[in-house]
Amino acid sequence: MTKSSPFRHAWILVLIVAVLAPMLVSSYNLNLLGRFLSMAILAVGIVLIWGEAGILTLGQGVFFGLGGYSIAMYLKLSTLPEGSLPDFMEWSGVMALPWFWWPFKSGLLALLAIILVPAVFAGIFAWAMFRRRIAGVYFALITQAVALTFATLLTSQQSTTGGYNGLTGFTEAFGMPLGTDQANRTLYWITLAVLVAVFAGSKWLMATRYGTLLRATRDGENRVRFLGYNTTPYKVVAFMLAAVFASLGGALFTLHAGVVSPAFVGVVPSIEMIVWVAVGGRKSLWGAVAGALIVNFAKDIISSALPEAWLYVLGLIFILVVTYLPNGLAGLVEDLLAKSRRPAAPEGALVEEGK
Amino acid sequence: MTMATATADPILKVDGITVDFDGFKAIDNFSMTLERGQLRVLIGPNGAGKSTLCDTIIGRVHSASGSVTFNGENITNKPEFEIVRRGICRKFQTPGVLPSLTVRDNLAVAAQRDRRWWTAFQIGAKAAEARKVEDILEQIGLTERADTLAADLAHGEKQWLEIGMVVATEADLLLLDEPTAGMGPNETSKTAKLIHSLLGKHAVLVIDHDMTFVEELGGKVTVMHQGKFLKQGSVAEVRADPEVAAVYLGRAKE
Ligand SMILES: Nc1ncnc2c1ncn2[C@@H]1O[C@H](COP(=O)(O)OP(=O)(O)OP(=O)(O)O)[C@@H](O)[C@H]1O
Ligand SMILES: [Mg+2]
Repeated sequence: MTKSSPFRHAWILVLIVAVLAPMLVSSYNLNLLGRFLSMAILAVGIVLIWGEAGILTLGQGVFFGLGGYSIAMYLKLSTLPEGSLPDFMEWSGVMALPWFWWPFKSGLLALLAIILVPAVFAGIFAWAMFRRRIAGVYFALITQAVALTFATLLTSQQSTTGGYNGLTGFTEAFGMPLGTDQANRTLYWITLAVLVAVFAGSKWLMATRYGTLLRATRDGENRVRFLGYNTTPYKVVAFMLAAVFASLGGALFTLHAGVVSPAFVGVVPSIEMIVWVAVGGRKSLWGAVAGALIVNFAKDIISSALPEAWLYVLGLIFILVVTYLPNGLAGLVEDLLAKSRRPAAPEGALVEEGK
Repeated sequence: MTMATATADPILKVDGITVDFDGFKAIDNFSMTLERGQLRVLIGPNGAGKSTLCDTIIGRVHSASGSVTFNGENITNKPEFEIVRRGICRKFQTPGVLPSLTVRDNLAVAAQRDRRWWTAFQIGAKAAEARKVEDILEQIGLTERADTLAADLAHGEKQWLEIGMVVATEADLLLLDEPTAGMGPNETSKTAKLIHSLLGKHAVLVIDHDMTFVEELGGKVTVMHQGKFLKQGSVAEVRADPEVAAVYLGRAKE
């Protein structure tokens, strides 16, 4: 987490390059970058919940999906002629708009839903879990079950959710025609701005007493309890923030990709999200952003060359990182910098639960 | 019992506590009274139930019968954080420091009075609490090590840090479970001095096996055996007691 001196101002350079990216790369690559930066927003949330609070969650796809479907429902409805239904509903013989689509007629409500729906759902879920002290592997498995359920539900309700194919065919967003270079640039900058805000907010949060308490809870929840803290709300807030970040990422991703489907919300994508952060380094915000970009560019290259190979490569990456780089690339960089500055610094703290 | 046990205003009264682990009575109708600002040493062979007694006082283990009264209030089987907020803090048998936090942050977490989550979104501790942390660093001799990660401390230093954390809570009653475990003679006597410096402001219950340390501490000693009260008195009295000797010798023979 400590920024090493030679790179203290490197972020300014990175930010300038990022802002100028639309002038530097092809529109195809800019679109990819926009998608991956959206994923990086989600990755920052994983640093909070997994890196800082030490809670492994395998259900971030659910929140990514909540954001993605919220914006997609609005996009479908906003360009619809009065009185007609989204195309896939008409094909499946649905006569009236289902109730849960109604709020998404309004752009404002859709934007609110992107934040409030995951926050409320994550809040209730996490409170119920953490209050009963469900933690560790059990918690991870339950979140995985939620991801599975959500993806199955979306697939099975073909007539109201678009089923396996999801929602696609968007033409404009908030009055802006989609697919033009102008629109891609604007979306890219919005995504970058959201990422910067989420990143800076998280950095601040990690420096507050709340951040210290979260790390303390990760290190020894019992010790913290016996110092008189009720640890549940601290963890619930972290889970809610991670959910909201995932949802923001999902909404922006959907705008860049032009599609949202169950393929982005289920068990496998939820695990992939953890892999991005494991590769980058779960205790580092920079690491998580880098991890999301590196793994996804790798995925893009590998799966266009060898479509079948990606899942094996992903598994291999995960095993290698967990075995050799417990703190990911960020940990590696930090170790190398520490070594170059002074001989052999002591290894960082291991996470262990106090008795 | 040669010493007067009843003072007008005891800080803690344990009355007829029984703890039952699936039929095994780890504590069996045990009673004890602690006086405000005073030292008490609790000894007993392995498995006597000393740690379990701490667990019960602090709300980590629920008792089947009996009551715990703290500052005149019945706190039996309340949730642990509520008991802690009333002013009891415990050091665990295995050091419970927070490894990835610095020594100073460990103390700051303990020293923080306002533990409500929604007030935590601020950087830095309150001035008074920060000052207290520096004082405690001094007291436990870790000022030089303040910015070290707790994981990098030596074993003895971890024990002191955890004592410091317990002190930082400003609890009226401190429960120290084997504070000298794994320490050499020098560190042990340093710990005894540290504990003496806490008395008056805090009542302290120390659990230990090490008779040299117990002698160095002085004060009143309660002996526990197989979950039951066995004896109470000065170190010398307890030492001379044939029943206590039998319990410890019995263990030595095993
Ligand atoms: N959760 C539990 N379930 C079942 N038995 C337990 C449990 N905790 C403790 N015991 C048993 O209760 C008895 C008392 O244990 P306790 O840890 O309180 O002893 P102690 O006096 O602290 O011993 P030591 O000096 O070794 O620390 C032991 O026989 C132990 O095995
Ligand atoms: Mg014990």
